[in-house]
Amino acid sequence: MSDSSRQSLSPMQAAWKRFCRHRINLIAFWFLIALVAVCLIGPSLSPYAQDAQDLELKATNISPQHWLGTDTLGRDMLTRVLKGGQVSLAVGLLATFVAACIGVTYGLISGLAGGRIDAVMMRVVDILYAFPFINFVILLMVVFGRHFWLIFIAIGAVEWLTMARVVRGQVLALKNLEFVTAAKASGAGFWHIVLKHLLPNVIGPVIIYASLTVPGVMLLEATLSFLGLGIQPPNASWGVLLGDGSQVMQTYPWLLLYPGLFFSSTLLALNILGDGLRDAFDPKSAAQE
Amino acid sequence: MIRFLLNRFVQGLVVILAVITITFALSRLLPGGPIQSEKNTSPEAIAAQRAYLGLDKPWYAQLGLQIAHYAMLDLPESFHFKGRGVDEIIASGFPVSGAVGLTALAIALGLGVPLGAFAALRPNTLEDRASMLAATLGICTPSMILGPVIAMLLGLKLRWFNASGWFDPSDVVMPALTLGIIYSAQIARLTRGSLRETLSQEFVRTARAKGASETSVVFLHALKLACLPVLNFLGPAAAGLLTGSIVVESVFQLPGLGQFFIASAINRDMNLAIGISVFYATLIVGFNLLVDILQAWLNPRIRLHA
Repeated sequence: MSDSSRQSLSPMQAAWKRFCRHRINLIAFWFLIALVAVCLIGPSLSPYAQDAQDLELKATNISPQHWLGTDTLGRDMLTRVLKGGQVSLAVGLLATFVAACIGVTYGLISGLAGGRIDAVMMRVVDILYAFPFINFVILLMVVFGRHFWLIFIAIGAVEWLTMARVVRGQVLALKNLEFVTAAKASGAGFWHIVLKHLLPNVIGPVIIYASLTVPGVMLLEATLSFLGLGIQPPNASWGVLLGDGSQVMQTYPWLLLYPGLFFSSTLLALNILGDGLRDAFDPKSAAQE
Repeated sequence: MIRFLLNRFVQGLVVILAVITITFALSRLLPGGPIQSEKNTSPEAIAAQRAYLGLDKPWYAQLGLQIAHYAMLDLPESFHFKGRGVDEIIASGFPVSGAVGLTALAIALGLGVPLGAFAALRPNTLEDRASMLAATLGICTPSMILGPVIAMLLGLKLRWFNASGWFDPSDVVMPALTLGIIYSAQIARLTRGSLRETLSQEFVRTARAKGASETSVVFLHALKLACLPVLNFLGPAAAGLLTGSIVVESVFQLPGLGQFFIASAINRDMNLAIGISVFYATLIVGFNLLVDILQAWLNPRIRLHA
């Protein structure tokens, strides 16, 4: 108490402080940083290419040469898991970014416009919630020949709905507050109010919700790749590796186990991070739990 | 109430119209046509086939035809599975997906609500932490990992169930267990959070002050209200169960709707793709409506707004 009351903290700093109070949040945070670093640097240090086959070797378990063993084509699993991690993490972050951009724009417009336009725009979101999106994504993947970049757009286009609702609610609450009225009265333009006053106040909930979206997006990518509709071999993503592994798990269970451990621990860390951020930015929800 | 239902009905119709149009547009973009796969077919035969399937008409006529089919509830024939109506294929696939989905939902509620309540009644104890850790682990184990693991343990090692396929009634257990465990984890977390909040409210204190027993306080007063967020979650969860069931059907080789849908996309079978999408959309709309009505019934403070 003594510290925080003497020097005034910005809401961001205060939230970060609350975030750091729980050790598990920090563990998750540093785990993810380390994971990203290893996935980025690892494959270039590895003596094996991700698609270099060694057909005489075939599937082996952990050995000094291959730290996570090799798959049925004799490819080094560690290299493939790290390369796959690059893809899965990139899809998770970029698709979330796409979803956040669409959601924030839509929510801002809806909340600012108010009245009829707002009602219609939110009704559209209601209707979209009832869409069987997985069907559209599957068709999209088949239509466009499973382009890598398309996965971002397809997933991003699906995951923005809740973001739009969150932002709209936030804007509705903010736009009639005194500080916005004061800015208007002092002659601030529309864009000035949006960029300087509304966006900075919306960014907290957006970050929280985005961090909760990343694991969902990664799961969707893994689902598509698992079904053979996402990332195409010989490229790897965690979904591809899980799909390959589940085919041979009876004889080579580790081919499912190792990518699965990477994937699950990443999802775990992301979930902890998302919950931690939510509690840090919104102390009310933390008090409930 | 009638206005609310009418409003929802119109909204549902808009959803279905939009789903038909989008699926139609995407299917038309599919590279190749449904007939291209057959080799050594004369141009005349292809033209005849296209005319038979209605593919020679302009796109707006085709779209109008599709909408007319659904308006009159007379579904067209599948392009790929010749001679079988889309409704016939849905009727053969849905019992599989539906049995898995409903059993999974029952498992999810049966595991999740008690686990969440158990944790909520012992806040910040070791039991609470352990239950929530288990729930978090459940959320982080996707069906494409849990499914194969369950198949390996219960199917191949213990030999309690067939590892894959859809032959006898017990085949529903492993797929439903996979989906049910994953959803029970989320339900447990929701139940815990909302039950703890409910237990701290005034009316619970009143009930206690009147001398109601702890069991009656928890089960008669609090749990009913605490179930609202869980119910709310069941709307989107229904859509999630559909997605999840596609993975589970592929892991356990079940002839469910998801498998037919993937086949329809790969075979450029527009009629079947539209049919299954519309069916899914109808299910989601119906489930959301059911959830809203149940919520209003459980909590008199919620009114059904038109």
